[in-house]
Amino acid sequence: MSDKLEFTFEVNGDNFTSAGEASVATKKNLRMLGFSPDIIRRVAIAMYEGEINMVIHAGGGTAKVTVYDDKIEIVLSDNGPGIADVSLAMKEGFSTAPENIRSLGFGAGMGLPNMKKNTDTMKIESVLGKGTTITMTVNT
Amino acid sequence: MKISKVAEILDAKIRCCEELAEDEVCSACGSDMMSDVLAFVKDQAVLLTGLVNTQVVRTAEMMDMRCIVFVRSKQPSEEMLALAEKCGIVVMTTDRRMYEACGILYKSGLNNYI
Repeated sequence: MSDKLEFTFEVNGDNFTSAGEASVATKKNLRMLGFSPDIIRRVAIAMYEGEINMVIHAGGGTAKVTVYDDKIEIVLSDNGPGIADVSLAMKEGFSTAPENIRSLGFGAGMGLPNMKKNTDTMKIESVLGKGTTITMTVNT
Repeated sequence: MKISKVAEILDAKIRCCEELAEDEVCSACGSDMMSDVLAFVKDQAVLLTGLVNTQVVRTAEMMDMRCIVFVRSKQPSEEMLALAEKCGIVVMTTDRRMYEACGILYKSGLNNYI
């Protein structure tokens, strides 16, 4: 296998204010590695949406970003309640976010569809009561 | 349009990164839902919003935006201004309402869509 770079971040589920710090750090890392603004933005948006979801629904988790020769892989893992119906969760506008999160400008049911839109592949593995792992890739 | 011109025509007060106010912007969007900004906005350099929390600044940063205009006299916190300063995003506040502020900017030539 060719060389790869890995960055791992803990996403704090207790603090909505700090949500997005992993995405900000990833954006900076990718910029330093010389990726194009379009690639960086797609990765940043997908990861940021995922981070927000982890904070809203799962009490935080782990984000791992791996830079391969031909793609960037983002793996978001949490030990939250899991997603009951993944296909329903993928529908634009469907949301289980509480009202207080909506008042903060999120929870409109656009997160998962937007993650899919900004990535080349996206896989959701979720077990009720155990957690969710989302694996996304962006071709470079 | 220069960011300083945006401030001038909205009677807005620049709150941080004033040194970047001579940068040019060519498009804008207005929303209080950051979910929508993340999902629908593309290459819009100015974000007009009445929502006040740190995730507004983070959303603007993710979208590579250059300027945030807080409408309806909303005041960003010191924490938000510090974050915007770190990101190089010009923040301004105006008493104008969202509809009015968007209309003024659109009519003044900030009407490019990509």
